[in-house]
Amino acid sequence: MDRKRELELQEFAATIRAETVKEVADLGFGHIGGSLSVVEALAVLYGEVMKIDPKNPDWDERDIMVMSKGHAGPAVYATLALKGYFPMDWLKTLNKPGTNLPSHTDRLKTPGVDMTTGSLGQGSSTATGMALGRKLAGSDSRVFLFIGDGESNEGQVWEAAMFCSHYKLDNIVWFVDYNKKQLDGFVEDVMDMGDFQEKFEAFGFHTQTVDGTSVREIYDAIEAARQAKGKPSCIILDTVKGEGVSDLIEIELNHHVQFPEEMANRALEQVTAALERVRKELANV
Amino acid sequence: MYKVVFDGSREKADHKSVYANTIQALAAEDEKIIALDADLMNSSGTFKFWKEHPDQMINVGVAEANMMGIAGGLSAVGRIPYVHTFGPFASRRSFDQTFISIGYAGNSVRIFGSDPGVCAAFNGGTHMPFEDMALMRAIPGATVFDISDAVLLGWVLRDIKSNEGVTYLRSTRKSFLKIYEEGSTFEQGKANLLREGKDAAVIACGLMVGEAMLAAEELAKEGIELTVIDMFTVKPLDHEAVAKAAETGAIVTAENHNIIGGLGESVAASLLEQGLPVAFKRHGVMDRFGQVGAVDYLQEVYGLTAKDLIVSVKETIAKKK
Repeated sequence: MDRKRELELQEFAATIRAETVKEVADLGFGHIGGSLSVVEALAVLYGEVMKIDPKNPDWDERDIMVMSKGHAGPAVYATLALKGYFPMDWLKTLNKPGTNLPSHTDRLKTPGVDMTTGSLGQGSSTATGMALGRKLAGSDSRVFLFIGDGESNEGQVWEAAMFCSHYKLDNIVWFVDYNKKQLDGFVEDVMDMGDFQEKFEAFGFHTQTVDGTSVREIYDAIEAARQAKGKPSCIILDTVKGEGVSDLIEIELNHHVQFPEEMANRALEQVTAALERVRKELANV
Repeated sequence: MYKVVFDGSREKADHKSVYANTIQALAAEDEKIIALDADLMNSSGTFKFWKEHPDQMINVGVAEANMMGIAGGLSAVGRIPYVHTFGPFASRRSFDQTFISIGYAGNSVRIFGSDPGVCAAFNGGTHMPFEDMALMRAIPGATVFDISDAVLLGWVLRDIKSNEGVTYLRSTRKSFLKIYEEGSTFEQGKANLLREGKDAAVIACGLMVGEAMLAAEELAKEGIELTVIDMFTVKPLDHEAVAKAAETGAIVTAENHNIIGGLGESVAASLLEQGLPVAFKRHGVMDRFGQVGAVDYLQEVYGLTAKDLIVSVKETIAKKK
């Protein structure tokens, strides 16, 4: 990936982050911490990697993304709207009466959402089923699954991991959003998950750990995963819950937060400034 | 059309082979069909098919929750999944996965929970679902069957191929008393009238259909004429059949299931909502856990024999106004 493309993906990520902050600011509360930590990975997937057609979201040969940590819906919606799956106006309707953008992603409501999630752990199995179906059909489409580090407390995650490995599903890539926090605090205090790299290796995965804020590292890891034949892949995203917004990072319990106007304004300033910095750099390349 | 050939004899074919043969035939006809099992293929009869067609018969291992999610994902990419495990694991163990990853997510999966109620026999209380229908009925839009006969089982397995959402069927893996002639056809959501009599009606499902027919024969000797209905589709309920049964003035429901949440409560609600005042009794498992034993022993323990049903019918007739 050349520097220009890298900056373009950084710009896409910064735009997703700004739109995600606006969505939650409009509502005044929400799951913003864990939305902001997956932004760069979403930017790489939807900006560069995934075979998709926003005008034909049900295209049989598309690549699939399952956000098993369904509470990252706001980041997914910003990404999909920016890709043109639905009008940007929809982002103002997050969680409002009659919305197509509920807290947790819903395949029946939102164009471009490939699977309904929210009951933690379950997206790991449904994504696995989709990968199995595609593989049995001889399709070369790929499935990208996001799970949370807290979500990984759920036993179902490991049942699905076992299955992916046993059936040699090399068309699925798991991302672990290793943002170190779950609802009640730090993962290591609530339910220590130990070393994700070792765990996924032990489950038979091709496993890599990357800086989850680096679009280049994420992209390179996805390409390396493509080369790993005969086994599923896992990319552990080393991230920060609330990435890009200092006020949020400082809140210890930042899974679901109140987002009052004053804080929202500061957050918007910060993410907008970040976006402008990338744009300036891009203009000079 | 169905034809009743009940004579008190047992079926020759066991339901396990009907399941295995039907799945295999369906898979041969349509490559979209895919069956999943959770390390119980040797119990459901699909073991040989698994070895021959690992592309259409998937072993998930002992991981029922994962199996429901995988089936949901397969449905989302255009496959037609059937899953099997024992009833308790097909219902309560994996309930949220079925509810969310299949039902709520708009996926379509057919779930066979085998060995309902006392049919779990020597596997005992841990494997004995008296509550599976209560759970599955509570899933919006779900279709729920309690299978009384092997001919019915084969027909249902085929007919649900195009069902949407969650479809749950419970059936023994062994055999029941034979009810229907080979080649009989049925209609989802429409109860089967097996026998007509003016004194009372038994609305039964699953194991209890044969018992109700035995009870009807015994009562006939005493001059009591019984209507017997096989309400094999427990949800959606056939309200017209309930109304027809109500013409007798006395209804007993009979199920191999807890009286809470099953056929009886569903029929009771239907009667009240249709404004049909009849003498009524729910006959089934009286809010108890399961236990180990042979099926006939357990039928006696839980009052699921024709003899017990006769007592309930007489009590209910006595309450007629």
